[in-house]
Amino acid sequence: MDQEQQPDTHARLTPTAPSIDSSRIAELSLGTTRTELEQREKVFHVGDLSVAYSGNLALDGVSLDIYKNTVTAFIGPSGCGKSTFIRCFNRMNDLIVGAKVTGTVKYHGKDLYARDVDPVEVRRRIGMVFQKPNPFPKSVYDNVAFGPRVLGQKKGLDDLVESCLRRAALWDEVKNRLKDGALGLSGGQQQRLCIARALATAPDVLLMDEPASALDPIATAAIEDLMHDLKREYTIIVVTHNMQQAARVADMTAFFSVNVHEDGKGRHGVLVEFDATTKIFTQPADKRTEDYVTGRFG
Amino acid sequence: MSRKTKGRLFVGAMVLCLAVSFGTLGWLLVTTFVDGIPGLTSKLFTDPPSTQPDEAGARPAILATIYIAVLLLLMAVPVGVATAIYLEEYAHKERWYNRLLELNIQNLAAVPAIVYGILGLAFVVRGPFGIGRVLLAGAIILTLVVLPTVIISSREAIRAVPESISQGGLALGATKWQVIWRQILPASIPGIATGSILALSRAVGETAPLLLIGALQYVAFDPTVLGAFTALPVQIYTWIKLPNPEFQTLAAAAIIVLLAIVLTMNALAIFLRNRFRQNW
Repeated sequence: MDQEQQPDTHARLTPTAPSIDSSRIAELSLGTTRTELEQREKVFHVGDLSVAYSGNLALDGVSLDIYKNTVTAFIGPSGCGKSTFIRCFNRMNDLIVGAKVTGTVKYHGKDLYARDVDPVEVRRRIGMVFQKPNPFPKSVYDNVAFGPRVLGQKKGLDDLVESCLRRAALWDEVKNRLKDGALGLSGGQQQRLCIARALATAPDVLLMDEPASALDPIATAAIEDLMHDLKREYTIIVVTHNMQQAARVADMTAFFSVNVHEDGKGRHGVLVEFDATTKIFTQPADKRTEDYVTGRFG
Repeated sequence: MSRKTKGRLFVGAMVLCLAVSFGTLGWLLVTTFVDGIPGLTSKLFTDPPSTQPDEAGARPAILATIYIAVLLLLMAVPVGVATAIYLEEYAHKERWYNRLLELNIQNLAAVPAIVYGILGLAFVVRGPFGIGRVLLAGAIILTLVVLPTVIISSREAIRAVPESISQGGLALGATKWQVIWRQILPASIPGIATGSILALSRAVGETAPLLLIGALQYVAFDPTVLGAFTALPVQIYTWIKLPNPEFQTLAAAAIIVLLAIVLTMNALAIFLRNRFRQNW
Protein backbone atom coordinates (compact mmCIF):
# COMPACT_ATOMS: atom_id res chain seq x y z
CA MET A 1 0.00 0.00 0.00
CA ASP A 2 1.39 3.36 -0.97
CA GLN A 3 1.65 6.04 1.62
CA GLU A 4 -0.67 8.23 -0.46
CA GLN A 5 -3.36 5.66 -0.31
CA GLN A 6 -3.42 5.65 3.45
CA PRO A 7 -6.80 6.81 4.63
CA ASP A 8 -6.69 10.07 6.53
CA THR A 9 -5.95 10.16 10.22
CA HIS A 10 -9.54 10.89 11.03
CA ALA A 11 -10.65 7.52 9.76
CA ARG A 12 -8.00 5.79 11.84
CA LEU A 13 -9.07 7.54 14.99
CA THR A 14 -12.63 6.33 14.62
CA PRO A 15 -12.26 2.61 14.26
CA THR A 16 -15.94 1.90 13.86
CA ALA A 17 -16.82 4.88 11.74
CA PRO A 18 -20.28 4.11 10.45
CA SER A 19 -19.82 4.66 6.74
CA ILE A 20 -17.26 2.99 4.60
CA ASP A 21 -16.88 4.41 1.17
CA SER A 22 -17.07 1.34 -1.01
CA SER A 23 -15.31 2.91 -3.97
CA ARG A 24 -12.42 3.64 -1.65
CA ILE A 25 -12.26 0.02 -0.56
CA ALA A 26 -12.14 -1.25 -4.07
CA GLU A 27 -9.31 1.13 -4.71
CA LEU A 28 -7.47 0.15 -1.55
CA SER A 29 -7.64 -3.58 -1.76
CA LEU A 30 -5.39 -5.40 -4.10
CA GLY A 31 -8.34 -6.43 -6.16
CA THR A 32 -7.44 -10.07 -5.82
CA THR A 33 -10.50 -12.19 -6.26
CA ARG A 34 -11.31 -15.23 -4.23
CA THR A 35 -10.79 -17.51 -7.19
CA GLU A 36 -7.28 -16.18 -7.67
CA LEU A 37 -6.50 -16.62 -3.99
CA GLU A 38 -7.82 -20.14 -4.03
CA GLN A 39 -5.19 -21.05 -6.59
CA ARG A 40 -2.60 -20.54 -3.87
CA GLU A 41 -1.35 -23.27 -1.62
CA LYS A 42 -3.48 -23.94 1.44
CA VAL A 43 -1.50 -23.37 4.62
CA PHE A 44 -4.37 -24.18 6.95
CA HIS A 45 -7.54 -26.09 6.46
CA VAL A 46 -9.96 -25.69 9.34
CA GLY A 47 -12.86 -28.11 9.47
CA ASP A 48 -15.85 -27.82 11.79
CA LEU A 49 -13.79 -26.37 14.62
CA SER A 50 -15.45 -25.73 17.97
CA VAL A 51 -13.95 -24.45 21.19
CA ALA A 52 -15.45 -24.73 24.66
CA TYR A 53 -14.17 -23.35 27.93
CA SER A 54 -15.14 -25.49 30.91
CA GLY A 55 -18.06 -26.87 28.94
CA ASN A 56 -19.32 -23.49 27.71
CA LEU A 57 -19.25 -23.27 23.94
CA ALA A 58 -17.22 -20.25 22.79
CA LEU A 59 -16.98 -20.92 19.07
CA ASP A 60 -19.11 -23.26 17.02
CA GLY A 61 -18.35 -25.18 13.86
CA VAL A 62 -15.94 -22.96 11.95
CA SER A 63 -14.60 -24.13 8.60
CA LEU A 64 -12.29 -22.10 6.39
CA ASP A 65 -9.00 -22.22 4.50
CA ILE A 66 -5.98 -19.96 4.87
CA TYR A 67 -3.91 -19.42 1.74
CA LYS A 68 -0.20 -18.95 1.47
CA ASN A 69 1.23 -15.41 1.29
CA THR A 70 -2.08 -13.80 1.97
CA VAL A 71 -3.33 -11.68 4.81
CA THR A 72 -6.52 -13.08 6.29
CA ALA A 73 -8.47 -10.87 8.68
CA PHE A 74 -10.95 -12.03 11.31
CA ILE A 75 -13.45 -9.31 12.13
CA GLY A 76 -16.57 -9.18 14.24
CA PRO A 77 -18.08 -7.75 17.41
CA SER A 78 -16.69 -8.40 20.88
CA GLY A 79 -17.27 -11.92 22.12
CA CYS A 80 -17.59 -13.39 18.63
CA GLY A 81 -14.70 -15.77 19.28
CA LYS A 82 -12.20 -14.32 16.82
CA SER A 83 -9.40 -14.22 19.40
CA THR A 84 -10.32 -17.70 20.58
CA PHE A 85 -10.17 -18.85 16.98
CA ILE A 86 -6.73 -17.39 16.20
CA ARG A 87 -5.32 -19.09 19.29
CA CYS A 88 -6.31 -22.46 17.81
CA PHE A 89 -3.72 -22.06 15.07
CA ASN A 90 -0.75 -22.29 17.44
CA ARG A 91 -2.43 -24.29 20.17
CA MET A 92 -2.33 -21.46 22.67
CA ASN A 93 -5.75 -22.60 23.90
CA ASP A 94 -3.99 -25.66 25.29
CA LEU A 95 -2.64 -23.40 28.02
CA ILE A 96 -6.08 -22.52 29.32
CA VAL A 97 -7.32 -24.95 31.92
CA GLY A 98 -10.64 -26.42 30.84
CA ALA A 99 -10.37 -25.39 27.17
CA LYS A 100 -11.48 -28.06 24.71
CA VAL A 101 -10.94 -27.87 20.97
CA THR A 102 -12.83 -30.20 18.63
CA GLY A 103 -12.74 -30.45 14.86
CA THR A 104 -9.66 -30.30 12.69
CA VAL A 105 -6.94 -27.77 11.96
CA LYS A 106 -4.66 -29.01 9.21
CA TYR A 107 -1.36 -27.26 8.69
CA HIS A 108 0.18 -28.17 5.33
CA GLY A 109 -2.06 -31.22 5.41
CA LYS A 110 -1.00 -32.36 8.87
CA ASP A 111 -3.46 -32.34 11.76
CA LEU A 112 -2.20 -29.84 14.34
CA TYR A 113 -4.16 -31.54 17.08
CA ALA A 114 -2.93 -35.06 16.32
CA ARG A 115 -1.64 -36.98 19.30
CA ASP A 116 1.98 -36.99 18.15
CA VAL A 117 2.18 -33.25 17.51
CA ASP A 118 4.22 -31.28 20.02
CA PRO A 119 2.60 -27.88 20.69
CA VAL A 120 6.05 -26.40 21.39
CA GLU A 121 7.13 -27.27 17.85
CA VAL A 122 3.87 -25.88 16.45
CA ARG A 123 4.49 -22.54 18.14
CA ARG A 124 7.95 -22.31 16.68
CA ARG A 125 6.59 -22.71 13.13
CA ILE A 126 3.60 -20.45 13.71
CA GLY A 127 4.58 -17.16 15.30
CA MET A 128 2.25 -14.96 17.29
CA VAL A 129 2.02 -11.26 18.08
CA PHE A 130 -0.25 -10.17 20.89
CA GLN A 131 -2.69 -7.34 21.39
CA LYS A 132 -0.57 -5.49 23.92
CA PRO A 133 3.14 -5.32 23.05
CA ASN A 134 4.83 -7.75 25.45
CA PRO A 135 8.60 -7.37 25.06
CA PHE A 136 10.60 -9.25 27.66
CA PRO A 137 12.33 -7.08 30.27
CA LYS A 138 15.64 -7.64 28.51
CA SER A 139 17.66 -5.80 25.89
CA VAL A 140 16.37 -5.34 22.34
CA TYR A 141 18.96 -7.85 21.18
CA ASP A 142 18.06 -10.48 23.78
CA ASN A 143 14.39 -10.14 22.92
CA VAL A 144 14.98 -11.07 19.29
CA ALA A 145 17.52 -13.74 20.20
CA PHE A 146 15.21 -15.38 22.73
CA GLY A 147 13.47 -17.72 20.29
CA PRO A 148 16.65 -19.02 18.61
CA ARG A 149 18.34 -19.36 22.00
CA VAL A 150 15.63 -21.54 23.50
CA LEU A 151 16.04 -23.74 20.46
CA GLY A 152 19.71 -24.08 21.31
CA GLN A 153 21.20 -21.77 18.68
CA LYS A 154 24.34 -20.00 19.85
CA LYS A 155 26.14 -18.95 16.68
CA GLY A 156 25.16 -16.43 14.04
CA LEU A 157 22.78 -14.64 16.35
CA ASP A 158 24.10 -11.17 15.45
CA ASP A 159 23.19 -11.58 11.79
CA LEU A 160 19.86 -13.15 12.62
CA VAL A 161 18.92 -10.35 15.01
CA GLU A 162 19.83 -7.75 12.41
CA SER A 163 17.88 -9.41 9.62
CA CYS A 164 14.80 -9.87 11.79
CA LEU A 165 14.90 -6.27 12.96
CA ARG A 166 15.29 -5.14 9.35
CA ARG A 167 12.33 -7.21 8.24
CA ALA A 168 10.29 -5.69 11.06
CA ALA A 169 11.33 -2.21 9.85
CA LEU A 170 12.91 -1.44 13.20
CA TRP A 171 16.63 -1.78 12.51
CA ASP A 172 17.34 1.87 11.72
CA GLU A 173 15.63 3.00 14.91
CA VAL A 174 17.35 0.59 17.28
CA LYS A 175 20.69 -0.31 15.69
CA ASN A 176 22.55 1.93 18.12
CA ARG A 177 20.67 0.76 21.18
CA LEU A 178 20.56 -3.01 20.80
CA LYS A 179 21.84 -3.44 24.35
CA ASP A 180 19.29 -1.05 25.84
CA GLY A 181 16.21 -2.34 27.60
CA ALA A 182 13.29 -3.10 25.30
CA LEU A 183 10.85 -1.52 27.74
CA GLY A 184 12.36 1.87 26.91
CA LEU A 185 11.04 1.72 23.33
CA SER A 186 7.80 3.39 22.31
CA GLY A 187 4.64 1.28 22.06
CA GLY A 188 4.84 1.02 18.29
CA GLN A 189 8.52 0.12 18.41
CA GLN A 190 7.79 -2.49 21.07
CA GLN A 191 5.16 -4.08 18.85
CA ARG A 192 7.53 -4.17 15.87
CA LEU A 193 10.13 -5.68 18.20
CA CYS A 194 7.61 -8.39 19.07
CA ILE A 195 7.13 -9.00 15.34
CA ALA A 196 10.93 -9.20 14.86
CA ARG A 197 11.09 -11.60 17.80
CA ALA A 198 8.42 -13.80 16.23
CA LEU A 199 10.30 -13.83 12.90
CA ALA A 200 13.49 -15.04 14.58
CA THR A 201 12.26 -18.61 14.97
CA ALA A 202 11.77 -18.76 11.17
CA PRO A 203 8.01 -19.35 11.17
CA ASP A 204 5.99 -19.47 7.97
CA VAL A 205 2.83 -18.09 9.54
CA LEU A 206 2.33 -15.01 11.71
CA LEU A 207 -0.73 -14.78 13.91
CA MET A 208 -1.56 -11.26 15.00
CA ASP A 209 -4.19 -10.74 17.65
CA GLU A 210 -5.30 -7.11 17.31
CA PRO A 211 -1.68 -6.05 16.85
CA ALA A 212 -2.40 -2.34 16.55
CA SER A 213 -5.23 -1.85 19.00
CA ALA A 214 -2.93 -0.41 21.69
CA LEU A 215 -1.07 1.87 19.27
CA ASP A 216 -1.48 5.41 17.98
CA PRO A 217 -2.43 6.03 14.32
CA ILE A 218 1.13 6.53 13.10
CA ALA A 219 2.39 3.37 14.77
CA THR A 220 -0.67 1.56 13.43
CA ALA A 221 0.18 2.68 9.90
CA ALA A 222 3.71 1.37 10.37
CA ILE A 223 2.39 -2.04 11.47
CA GLU A 224 -0.01 -2.17 8.52
CA ASP A 225 2.73 -1.30 6.04
CA LEU A 226 4.82 -4.00 7.61
CA MET A 227 2.08 -6.56 7.14
CA HIS A 228 2.02 -5.72 3.45
CA ASP A 229 5.75 -6.30 3.19
CA LEU A 230 5.76 -9.43 5.30
CA LYS A 231 3.10 -11.27 3.34
CA ARG A 232 5.56 -11.77 0.52
CA GLU A 233 7.41 -14.18 2.79
CA TYR A 234 4.85 -15.16 5.37
CA THR A 235 1.22 -16.07 5.66
CA ILE A 236 -0.53 -13.67 8.00
CA ILE A 237 -3.69 -14.05 10.03
CA VAL A 238 -4.86 -10.93 11.82
CA VAL A 239 -7.67 -10.37 14.28
CA THR A 240 -8.94 -6.83 14.26
CA HIS A 241 -11.91 -4.92 15.56
CA ASN A 242 -11.03 -2.13 13.17
CA MET A 243 -12.86 -2.65 9.90
CA GLN A 244 -10.85 -0.06 8.02
CA GLN A 245 -7.75 -1.93 9.02
CA ALA A 246 -9.15 -5.18 7.67
CA ALA A 247 -10.09 -3.37 4.47
CA ARG A 248 -6.60 -1.91 4.17
CA VAL A 249 -4.49 -4.96 4.88
CA ALA A 250 -6.45 -8.13 4.25
CA ASP A 251 -6.90 -10.16 1.08
CA MET A 252 -9.44 -12.43 2.68
CA THR A 253 -11.80 -11.50 5.51
CA ALA A 254 -13.83 -13.71 7.79
CA PHE A 255 -16.75 -12.13 9.59
CA PHE A 256 -17.73 -13.67 12.92
CA SER A 257 -20.86 -12.96 14.87
CA VAL A 258 -22.43 -13.87 18.17
CA ASN A 259 -25.27 -16.36 18.47
CA VAL A 260 -27.30 -15.95 21.61
CA HIS A 261 -28.68 -19.25 22.85
CA GLU A 262 -32.40 -19.77 23.05
CA ASP A 263 -32.41 -19.60 26.85
CA GLY A 264 -30.94 -16.11 26.49
CA LYS A 265 -28.05 -16.89 28.80
CA GLY A 266 -25.27 -18.50 26.79
CA ARG A 267 -23.69 -17.07 23.69
CA HIS A 268 -21.07 -18.31 21.29
CA GLY A 269 -19.28 -17.15 18.18
CA VAL A 270 -19.99 -18.38 14.67
CA LEU A 271 -18.40 -17.75 11.30
CA VAL A 272 -20.93 -15.86 9.20
CA GLU A 273 -19.09 -15.21 6.00
CA PHE A 274 -15.65 -15.76 4.58
CA ASP A 275 -14.66 -14.23 1.28
CA ALA A 276 -12.28 -11.89 -0.50
CA THR A 277 -12.06 -8.63 1.46
CA THR A 278 -13.46 -6.57 -1.43
CA LYS A 279 -16.48 -8.81 -1.57
CA ILE A 280 -17.08 -8.70 2.19
CA PHE A 281 -17.02 -4.93 2.23
CA THR A 282 -18.86 -4.20 -1.00
CA GLN A 283 -21.24 -7.06 -1.72
CA PRO A 284 -21.60 -9.11 1.46
CA ALA A 285 -23.80 -12.15 0.99
CA ASP A 286 -25.17 -12.16 4.51
CA LYS A 287 -27.37 -9.47 6.02
CA ARG A 288 -25.43 -9.61 9.32
CA THR A 289 -22.16 -8.90 7.54
CA GLU A 290 -23.70 -6.00 5.71
CA ASP A 291 -25.09 -4.55 8.93
CA TYR A 292 -21.73 -4.83 10.58
CA VAL A 293 -19.54 -3.41 7.81
CA THR A 294 -21.91 -0.53 7.20
CA GLY A 295 -21.91 0.24 10.91
CA ARG A 296 -25.54 -0.57 11.65
CA PHE A 297 -24.43 -3.07 14.23
CA GLY A 298 -21.41 -3.49 16.50
CA MET B 1 -18.66 17.95 67.81
CA SER B 2 -17.82 19.53 64.49
CA ARG B 3 -16.52 17.53 61.60
CA LYS B 4 -13.16 19.26 61.85
CA THR B 5 -12.78 18.39 65.52
CA LYS B 6 -13.47 14.75 64.69
CA GLY B 7 -10.78 14.85 62.05
CA ARG B 8 -8.28 16.38 64.46
CA LEU B 9 -9.14 13.82 67.13
CA PHE B 10 -8.55 11.02 64.68
CA VAL B 11 -5.17 12.40 63.65
CA GLY B 12 -4.31 12.84 67.31
CA ALA B 13 -5.17 9.22 68.06
CA MET B 14 -2.99 8.03 65.20
CA VAL B 15 -0.07 10.15 66.35
CA LEU B 16 -0.48 8.68 69.83
CA CYS B 17 -0.34 5.13 68.47
CA LEU B 18 2.73 6.01 66.48
CA ALA B 19 4.34 7.57 69.55
CA VAL B 20 3.63 4.49 71.69
CA SER B 21 5.18 2.07 69.19
CA PHE B 22 8.15 4.27 68.32
CA GLY B 23 8.64 5.27 71.93
CA THR B 24 8.78 1.67 73.10
CA LEU B 25 11.13 0.71 70.32
CA GLY B 26 13.32 3.75 70.93
CA TRP B 27 13.41 3.14 74.69
CA LEU B 28 14.43 -0.49 74.12
CA LEU B 29 17.17 0.53 71.71
CA VAL B 30 18.48 3.31 73.93
CA THR B 31 18.62 1.17 77.09
CA THR B 32 20.18 -1.71 75.17
CA PHE B 33 22.85 0.54 73.72
CA VAL B 34 23.52 2.28 77.03
CA ASP B 35 23.90 -1.10 78.75
CA GLY B 36 25.70 -2.79 75.90
CA ILE B 37 28.27 -0.31 74.58
CA PRO B 38 30.74 -1.00 77.41
CA GLY B 39 30.53 -4.71 76.59
CA LEU B 40 31.21 -4.21 72.88
CA THR B 41 34.88 -5.09 73.00
CA SER B 42 36.96 -7.09 70.57
CA LYS B 43 36.88 -9.86 73.20
CA LEU B 44 33.20 -10.37 72.42
CA PHE B 45 34.09 -11.40 68.88
CA THR B 46 37.28 -13.34 69.59
CA ASP B 47 36.78 -15.19 72.86
CA PRO B 48 34.58 -18.07 73.90
CA PRO B 49 32.22 -17.65 76.86
CA SER B 50 33.63 -18.01 80.33
CA THR B 51 32.50 -18.02 83.93
CA GLN B 52 34.53 -14.85 84.42
CA PRO B 53 32.65 -11.92 82.86
CA ASP B 54 35.84 -10.02 81.96
CA GLU B 55 37.13 -13.05 80.01
CA ALA B 56 33.86 -13.98 78.33
CA GLY B 57 33.12 -13.53 74.64
CA ALA B 58 30.50 -14.78 72.21
CA ARG B 59 32.66 -15.95 69.31
CA PRO B 60 31.16 -19.49 69.07
CA ALA B 61 27.62 -18.10 69.23
CA ILE B 62 28.26 -15.41 66.59
CA LEU B 63 29.91 -17.93 64.27
CA ALA B 64 27.12 -20.45 64.81
CA THR B 65 24.48 -17.84 64.00
CA ILE B 66 26.28 -17.00 60.75
CA TYR B 67 26.60 -20.72 59.89
CA ILE B 68 22.92 -21.21 60.60
CA ALA B 69 22.00 -18.24 58.38
CA VAL B 70 24.06 -19.67 55.49
CA LEU B 71 22.64 -23.17 55.93
CA LEU B 72 19.14 -21.71 56.05
CA LEU B 73 19.77 -19.87 52.80
CA LEU B 74 21.01 -23.09 51.18
CA MET B 75 18.11 -25.21 52.40
CA ALA B 76 15.06 -23.00 52.76
CA VAL B 77 15.37 -20.92 49.58
CA PRO B 78 15.73 -23.72 46.97
CA VAL B 79 13.00 -25.84 48.55
CA GLY B 80 10.74 -22.84 49.08
CA VAL B 81 11.17 -21.48 45.55
CA ALA B 82 10.67 -24.92 44.00
CA THR B 83 7.46 -25.36 45.99
CA ALA B 84 6.29 -21.91 44.94
CA ILE B 85 6.99 -22.70 41.26
CA TYR B 86 5.04 -25.93 41.52
CA LEU B 87 2.07 -24.27 43.20
CA GLU B 88 1.98 -21.31 40.82
CA GLU B 89 2.88 -22.88 37.50
CA TYR B 90 2.11 -26.58 37.59
CA ALA B 91 -0.49 -27.31 40.27
CA HIS B 92 -4.00 -27.72 38.94
CA LYS B 93 -5.75 -25.18 41.16
CA GLU B 94 -8.99 -27.10 41.29
CA ARG B 95 -7.58 -30.42 42.50
CA TRP B 96 -8.39 -31.04 46.15
CA TYR B 97 -4.86 -32.06 47.13
CA ASN B 98 -3.37 -28.85 45.79
CA ARG B 99 -5.93 -26.79 47.65
CA LEU B 100 -5.23 -28.74 50.80
CA LEU B 101 -1.53 -28.07 50.29
CA GLU B 102 -2.13 -24.34 49.90
CA LEU B 103 -4.32 -24.16 52.98
CA ASN B 104 -1.72 -26.02 55.01
CA ILE B 105 1.10 -23.75 53.96
CA GLN B 106 -0.92 -20.72 55.04
CA ASN B 107 -1.57 -22.38 58.40
CA LEU B 108 2.00 -23.51 58.88
CA ALA B 109 3.19 -19.91 58.59
CA ALA B 110 1.23 -19.17 61.75
CA VAL B 111 2.44 -22.16 63.79
CA PRO B 112 4.62 -21.08 66.77
CA ALA B 113 8.30 -21.83 66.33
CA ILE B 114 8.42 -23.96 69.45
CA VAL B 115 6.09 -26.48 67.81
CA TYR B 116 8.69 -26.91 65.07
CA GLY B 117 11.22 -27.35 67.89
CA ILE B 118 9.21 -30.26 69.29
CA LEU B 119 8.89 -31.77 65.83
CA GLY B 120 12.63 -31.37 65.29
CA LEU B 121 13.46 -32.92 68.62
CA ALA B 122 11.31 -35.95 67.85
CA PHE B 123 12.28 -36.48 64.20
CA VAL B 124 15.63 -34.80 63.54
CA VAL B 125 17.55 -34.85 66.81
CA ARG B 126 16.19 -38.22 67.89
CA GLY B 127 13.85 -40.57 66.07
CA PRO B 128 14.19 -41.49 62.40
CA PHE B 129 16.99 -39.07 61.51
CA GLY B 130 18.65 -38.99 64.91
CA ILE B 131 21.51 -36.69 63.96
CA GLY B 132 21.82 -35.47 67.56
CA ARG B 133 21.98 -32.02 69.09
CA VAL B 134 24.09 -30.53 66.33
CA LEU B 135 24.14 -27.26 64.45
CA LEU B 136 22.69 -28.91 61.34
CA ALA B 137 19.66 -30.04 63.35
CA GLY B 138 19.12 -26.45 64.47
CA ALA B 139 19.39 -25.23 60.88
CA ILE B 140 16.93 -27.89 59.67
CA ILE B 141 14.39 -26.87 62.29
CA LEU B 142 14.73 -23.18 61.49
CA THR B 143 14.34 -24.12 57.80
CA LEU B 144 10.98 -25.64 58.67
CA VAL B 145 10.09 -22.47 60.58
CA VAL B 146 10.81 -20.15 57.64
CA LEU B 147 9.72 -22.39 54.73
CA PRO B 148 6.05 -21.33 54.74
CA THR B 149 7.04 -17.66 54.70
CA VAL B 150 9.57 -18.23 51.91
CA ILE B 151 6.98 -20.16 49.89
CA ILE B 152 4.29 -17.53 50.34
CA SER B 153 6.53 -14.59 49.44
CA SER B 154 8.04 -16.46 46.46
CA ARG B 155 4.55 -17.22 45.18
CA GLU B 156 3.64 -13.55 45.42
CA ALA B 157 6.78 -12.67 43.46
CA ILE B 158 6.09 -15.28 40.77
CA ARG B 159 2.48 -14.22 40.48
CA ALA B 160 3.56 -10.61 39.94
CA VAL B 161 5.21 -11.54 36.62
CA PRO B 162 2.60 -10.66 33.98
CA GLU B 163 0.88 -13.48 32.13
CA SER B 164 1.78 -11.74 28.85
CA ILE B 165 5.46 -12.50 29.45
CA SER B 166 5.03 -16.24 29.77
CA GLN B 167 2.54 -16.24 26.87
CA GLY B 168 5.11 -14.40 24.77
CA GLY B 169 7.77 -16.96 25.65
CA LEU B 170 5.54 -19.95 24.95
CA ALA B 171 4.40 -18.44 21.64
CA LEU B 172 8.06 -18.41 20.55
CA GLY B 173 8.31 -22.15 21.00
CA ALA B 174 9.90 -22.14 24.45
CA THR B 175 8.98 -25.04 26.70
CA LYS B 176 7.24 -24.39 29.97
CA TRP B 177 10.46 -24.99 31.88
CA GLN B 178 12.41 -22.60 29.63
CA VAL B 179 9.84 -19.90 30.25
CA ILE B 180 10.08 -20.45 34.01
CA TRP B 181 13.87 -20.55 34.03
CA ARG B 182 14.56 -17.72 31.59
CA GLN B 183 11.63 -15.37 32.14
CA ILE B 184 9.66 -15.95 35.29
CA LEU B 185 12.47 -16.67 37.75
CA PRO B 186 14.76 -13.80 36.69
CA ALA B 187 11.83 -11.41 36.83
CA SER B 188 10.78 -12.56 40.27
CA ILE B 189 14.24 -12.61 41.88
CA PRO B 190 13.80 -9.27 43.67
CA GLY B 191 10.60 -10.41 45.35
CA ILE B 192 11.96 -13.85 46.18
CA ALA B 193 15.17 -12.39 47.61
CA THR B 194 13.36 -9.82 49.71
CA GLY B 195 10.89 -12.30 51.17
CA SER B 196 13.53 -14.94 51.82
CA ILE B 197 15.95 -12.59 53.55
CA LEU B 198 13.26 -11.13 55.76
CA ALA B 199 12.18 -14.64 56.74
CA LEU B 200 15.81 -15.58 57.41
CA SER B 201 16.43 -12.54 59.56
CA ARG B 202 13.47 -13.52 61.67
CA ALA B 203 14.80 -17.06 61.96
CA VAL B 204 18.26 -16.10 63.20
CA GLY B 205 16.57 -14.36 66.13
CA GLU B 206 14.62 -17.47 67.13
CA THR B 207 15.54 -18.89 70.53
CA ALA B 208 12.79 -21.24 71.62
CA PRO B 209 13.19 -24.09 69.10
CA LEU B 210 16.95 -24.07 69.55
CA LEU B 211 16.67 -24.23 73.32
CA LEU B 212 14.20 -27.06 72.96
CA ILE B 213 16.48 -29.21 70.82
CA GLY B 214 19.29 -28.56 73.26
CA ALA B 215 21.54 -25.88 71.90
CA LEU B 216 24.23 -25.76 74.56
CA GLN B 217 24.35 -22.84 76.93
CA TYR B 218 28.09 -23.00 77.29
CA VAL B 219 30.25 -23.68 74.23
CA ALA B 220 33.96 -22.98 74.41
CA PHE B 221 34.93 -24.00 70.89
CA ASP B 222 34.16 -22.87 67.34
CA PRO B 223 31.06 -24.57 65.95
CA THR B 224 31.01 -27.14 63.17
CA VAL B 225 28.02 -28.16 61.12
CA LEU B 226 27.84 -31.58 62.75
CA GLY B 227 28.95 -30.52 66.21
CA ALA B 228 27.33 -29.20 69.36
CA PHE B 229 26.48 -25.54 69.14
CA THR B 230 24.99 -22.49 70.67
CA ALA B 231 23.57 -19.48 68.85
CA LEU B 232 23.47 -15.76 69.58
CA PRO B 233 19.90 -15.63 70.91
CA VAL B 234 20.64 -18.65 73.11
CA GLN B 235 23.83 -17.02 74.38
CA ILE B 236 21.91 -13.83 75.17
CA TYR B 237 19.29 -15.84 77.04
CA THR B 238 21.99 -17.64 79.01
CA TRP B 239 23.79 -14.44 80.03
CA ILE B 240 20.62 -12.58 80.96
CA LYS B 241 19.74 -15.31 83.47
CA LEU B 242 23.04 -14.95 85.33
CA PRO B 243 22.99 -12.83 88.51
CA ASN B 244 26.29 -11.04 87.92
CA PRO B 245 25.44 -7.60 86.38
CA GLU B 246 28.55 -7.70 84.18
CA PHE B 247 26.93 -10.55 82.27
CA GLN B 248 23.91 -8.29 81.69
CA THR B 249 26.26 -5.89 79.94
CA LEU B 250 27.58 -8.74 77.80
CA ALA B 251 24.01 -9.78 76.99
CA ALA B 252 23.18 -6.24 75.88
CA ALA B 253 26.32 -6.16 73.76
CA ALA B 254 25.36 -9.48 72.16
CA ILE B 255 21.89 -8.06 71.43
CA ILE B 256 23.55 -5.19 69.58
CA VAL B 257 25.54 -7.71 67.51
CA LEU B 258 22.38 -9.68 66.71
CA LEU B 259 20.59 -6.44 65.78
CA ALA B 260 23.46 -5.53 63.49
CA ILE B 261 23.28 -8.91 61.76
CA VAL B 262 19.51 -8.65 61.28
CA LEU B 263 19.66 -5.03 60.09
CA THR B 264 22.41 -5.91 57.61
CA MET B 265 20.24 -8.66 56.17
CA ASN B 266 17.24 -6.33 55.94
CA ALA B 267 19.36 -3.67 54.25
CA LEU B 268 20.51 -6.27 51.75
CA ALA B 269 16.87 -7.17 51.06
CA ILE B 270 15.97 -3.53 50.43
CA PHE B 271 19.01 -3.08 48.22
CA LEU B 272 18.16 -6.15 46.13
CA ARG B 273 14.57 -5.05 45.78
CA ASN B 274 15.49 -1.59 44.58
CA ARG B 275 18.32 -2.75 42.38
CA PHE B 276 16.33 -5.32 40.43
CA ARG B 277 12.84 -3.91 40.65
CA GLN B 278 10.97 -4.33 37.39
CA ASN B 279 8.38 -1.84 36.25
CA TRP B 280 6.01 -3.52 33.83
